[in-house]
Parts: sequence; C-alpha cells; structure tokens
Amino acid sequence: MTRVGVVTFPGTLDDRDAARAVRLAGAEPVSLWHADADLHGVDAVVLPGGFSYGDYLRAGAISRFAPVMGEIVEAAGKGLPVLGICNGFQVLTEAHLLPGSMIKNDHLHFVCREQVLAVENVDTAWTRDYTAGQHITVPLKNQDGQYVADDATLDELEGEGRVVFRYVGWNPNGSRRNIAGISNAAGNVVGLMPHPEHAVEAGFGPDGANGPRTGTDGLGFFTSVLHSLVG
Amino acid sequence: MGRVVVDVMPKPEILDPQGKAVAGALPRLGFGQFASVRQGKRFELEVDGPVTEEILAAARAAGEQVLSNPVIEDVVAVYEDAVAQDAQA
Repeated sequence: MTRVGVVTFPGTLDDRDAARAVRLAGAEPVSLWHADADLHGVDAVVLPGGFSYGDYLRAGAISRFAPVMGEIVEAAGKGLPVLGICNGFQVLTEAHLLPGSMIKNDHLHFVCREQVLAVENVDTAWTRDYTAGQHITVPLKNQDGQYVADDATLDELEGEGRVVFRYVGWNPNGSRRNIAGISNAAGNVVGLMPHPEHAVEAGFGPDGANGPRTGTDGLGFFTSVLHSLVG
Repeated sequence: MGRVVVDVMPKPEILDPQGKAVAGALPRLGFGQFASVRQGKRFELEVDGPVTEEILAAARAAGEQVLSNPVIEDVVAVYEDAVAQDAQA
C-alpha cells in the first residue's frame, strides 16, 4: 500500500485531518515527527496546517530548521511528492522549495470560509485527478495568507504554468494575482493556503451539490498523488 | 558582555498591513501628525565577551539567513548596542 507521511511540528493543528484524508483516498498515513530526521520510507509527504512554533519569528520560519525538513528538502529534490497546506505552504516557502512568501491578510482579520478555487494546472503530482479550469470548494482559514513575490517571480510562475490554484469570486487575503497555490518546476512540490483535507468526506465538508456538508472536492489531492505514484 | 542589535523592516514595496493599522489608530488618540507607519522587528543578540568584528559579521549573516526573509524583509541595521556597553562599564 502507498504510504504517505504526515509531519507534526509543535503547534501543528491539522495533522489528524490530513492523515484521515490520506486514509480515505486509499493510502496508509504515516506520522512523521519534526525532530526525527527520518522519512521512514514514505512515498509522499504532507505538511499540514496550524501554527508551528506559534508562528514565532515568521510563520513557518522555525519549522524550516526542524531535522525532518532536511530530509524532506533532499527527497523533494529527487522527486518525492510534497504537499504543503496553509502553514505547511509557509514552511515550504521558508525552506525555499517554493518561491515567494506569505504576509498578513490585507484586511488584517483572520478569515474562515468555504472558498472556491480554480484548478489551473492538472499536471502536478497532487492535481492530476482534476480537470483543467475545474472549480472546487474547500475551507480556507488563515491570518497570514497574503501571497507575495516580486513581479519577475510572478511572471515566471505564470509563464511556466506553476500557478496551480487561483481564488475565484473573492480574493480573501490580498494575494498577488489571486494566487492560492503554486508548484515547483518539476510539479512534485505543491503548496496552497486553503485546506483540501477538510473536504474529503460527506457529512464533514463544505456545502456541496448534493446538500449541506456534502462537499468532497479536496479528496482529489490525495487520490491524485496515489495515481501519480502507481503511475 | 556585549549586545548586538539587528533591525529588520518589511521591504518598501511590500504593503505593511500592521503598520497601516497602527497609522489608522494614531489619529484617534490625537496623534494626527504622522502620515504613515511601518512596523518592523528589533532583535537583541547578547554575547558573553566583547562585540568584535567577527561577532558583527555573524550577526549580519544570521540577520540575512534566519532573522529576516529576503522575499519580504530587509535587514536595515546591525550595530553594537552602546547602552548595554555603558551599563557594563
């Protein structure tokens, strides 16, 4: 069975939900501890959301130096699929696996809502089960979610098709060019602010086409990586 | 005992939402003379011995590599804290 690691840092909140999403997609979740410089042979890694190290210094800044991150950076360079969600996305930018950074939401408020995203790149390890341009609805909850990068970096991301997700309808945090998520050049490393792991099981997700709480649009992330790995 | 101060500020081209909020609050308390505010961070790094050139160089390197994120922030000043030195003298 495909094994997907889920990293827990001090202050991580969504590791249980991420592990549950992995299980519902048909893989085996493997807990990875921040202080353990060992990936235990997993086939992919999820960095979940939360407030690792209390967001001290900058969101994700201390986590970057955790022993497990050295292993993840090295394995990501060799093609290991890595997904960073929310604080996990911030960790990936601080670790220089993805360009840019996140600053405080432009309106200064914590935001928690069901957010529509457009999936613009379906060639990454984490999005191949979607169709290009597909709109999905997943929860969004953050304080430091405003994606920023210089114009040259943004142009490069757009030119190479590395803007994987864009906010639809409303830009909830002032992110440059409505960017909700990006990938590295190889497409194995993906980071986004919204939370697909909270929209994987009817009864517990956002409102969907079949009624309240029926939305499971996030499950495709986790089935995508399975299909990427088994080829 | 010596102390080095590292000042980090958001890059000029990056909107500083916190500074903007502070700027909005100041007039409400009667401070109408300030047109804008930018909010940064001050780090105080203490060493057991004197602050040498090597210590300052290390503080500059730590400022660039850890204390700031060059995508959104600049290290604007790295200097020995004279007040701390006087207190020790």
